[in-house]
Amino acid sequence: MAEKEIKLMKGNEVIAHAAVRCGCDGYFGYPITPQSEVMETLMELKPWESTGMVVLQAESEISSINMVYGGAATGKMVMTSSSSPGVSLMSEGLSYLAACELPCLVVNCQRGGPGLGTIQPSQGDYFQACKGGGHGDYHLIVLAPASVQEMHDFVELGFELAFRYRIPSMLLADGAIGQMMEKVVLSPQKPRRSDEQIAQQCGSWAACGKGRRAKRNVATSLYLQSDELECLNIRLQEKYREIESREVRYEEFMCDNAEYVLVAFGSSARICSATVEMARAEGIKLGLLRPITLYPFPIKPLQQMVERGVKGFLSVELNAGQMVEDVRLAVEGRALVEHYGRMGGVVFNPESVLEAFKNKLLK
Amino acid sequence: MAEVEMKVENMVYAKPRLITDTVMHYCPGCSHGTVHKLIAEVIDEMGLEGNTIAVSPVGCSVFAYQYIDVDWIEAAHGRACAVATAAKRLHPENLVFTYQGDGDLAAIGTAETIHAAARGENIVTIFINNAIYGMTGGQMSPTTLLGMKTATTPYGRDAALNGFPYKVSEMLAHLDGATYITRQSVHTPANVRKCKKAIRKAFENSLAGNGYSMVEVVATCNSGWKMSPVEANKWMEENLLPAYPLGDIKCSTLPK
Repeated sequence: MAEKEIKLMKGNEVIAHAAVRCGCDGYFGYPITPQSEVMETLMELKPWESTGMVVLQAESEISSINMVYGGAATGKMVMTSSSSPGVSLMSEGLSYLAACELPCLVVNCQRGGPGLGTIQPSQGDYFQACKGGGHGDYHLIVLAPASVQEMHDFVELGFELAFRYRIPSMLLADGAIGQMMEKVVLSPQKPRRSDEQIAQQCGSWAACGKGRRAKRNVATSLYLQSDELECLNIRLQEKYREIESREVRYEEFMCDNAEYVLVAFGSSARICSATVEMARAEGIKLGLLRPITLYPFPIKPLQQMVERGVKGFLSVELNAGQMVEDVRLAVEGRALVEHYGRMGGVVFNPESVLEAFKNKLLK
Repeated sequence: MAEVEMKVENMVYAKPRLITDTVMHYCPGCSHGTVHKLIAEVIDEMGLEGNTIAVSPVGCSVFAYQYIDVDWIEAAHGRACAVATAAKRLHPENLVFTYQGDGDLAAIGTAETIHAAARGENIVTIFINNAIYGMTGGQMSPTTLLGMKTATTPYGRDAALNGFPYKVSEMLAHLDGATYITRQSVHTPANVRKCKKAIRKAFENSLAGNGYSMVEVVATCNSGWKMSPVEANKWMEENLLPAYPLGDIKCSTLPK
């Protein structure tokens, strides 16, 4: 077996490497801090000369997501990346992608908001990512990486889930994960899918030219008759229920005998793991539940914790309290649920999380 | 008059093979149906049925995908050129064209259109300019003439109040990446024939990798203009054509 390729890299750079290596067909993006290294790295890597991957700098995030829509509609494996204000601009396109059931990957390296905000890390887009963002009843699969390695791994996972369910996947990172450098094991280069493989995988829907198909394919989300549009909605909701039953991913840290549990994702979870160790050193039985998929949200693991006697949860987020609503919905009032967060790009440290935990749950 | 027997060899006209049997929703007198027919004929004559990706807009031609029997992508309002850019870059052998009206292209889709043309994307835009929003009920569009009455300019378009109209094709012709820009109409048989030639030339230009092409078709919207089809043709000749003169605006190659 070939030796592992281990590098020291920024989270954003790794997104680019992982995209090329998993056989991505196209990247369309627009510069925005703190994620511009994704496209910069791709332009340096020149994958059009190696794998044939298309890389294009668009004139706006609106254009990039519609390029993703155009590419995805033809069955290609396409992606974009941006940061919070840019993802707001993409929301219309995401609604269309979800409605047309087109697979793609969108990376959001979140920054502080609302408005133009700041370039510092934030998790203020949880609602936008998990509850829609664009118009209509739809969901994205939302993966929350907590390390540079997961930035790498979730690119391929995001595409895999996107194609399995014909749904857009979002990798919801933040400025901290995007900018930090860590050791990463790079996956070996996979070839891009051949035209035959794409025809086999996407032939029933991809609008890539009729070829020898008898029936043409049309990517559209226009259904003027209400009953027809309701049928699409019912199909989408059935798909979301299937995703909720099969694709929940999470990680538990010191939860076995925990009386209290912190719930945190992404960079917050890294900070909270230090808080848990500090609490344990003081004899407090604290654990950490890290949702890896934010949608589908790990409802059952939280309910099982309540059933085995966990007294309270603290949802620790870099926002004013967004995921905490999902924690409360899961816990259904059977245990105490509180929120601790900082906003506007301010990041808490393990000590302040511990203090907040004591104030909110132990007093 | 002697009766002519209905025989195949006597047939002088037929519905193009690639026009579907779906009943068109266009108003009688509208130019869309004629332009659809020309596109279907050119695709068939060029043997491109199997490798065409067409992009439809939002507006009256939102259902264009129901009428021409090729693969289609229905774009969000104004985004057709961005959608087509990716489709073409990922399928460089295919013919990729957008079909857009003046609301979709010249208002909400200005950025996508200009930048696709500026980059020299090897796509074609068929731009139907009838100086009005048809689908939403006849509101002012960017190409509505000064003085023209619409649902949102009930007293006539006033430059001080509503701004000036602009010429999309002349503007795009300044861009290095746009190499074939032409303005046509389909209001007489002679113009229909010229328009078809222009569509073919645009398709050939894009397949040759020679950058962006646009065929603007100055068109009627007799419903939106509140005229009979005959009156609309006459009004178009007397009012729209002086403002949007017909003919080739640019035929060039990409700069070296």
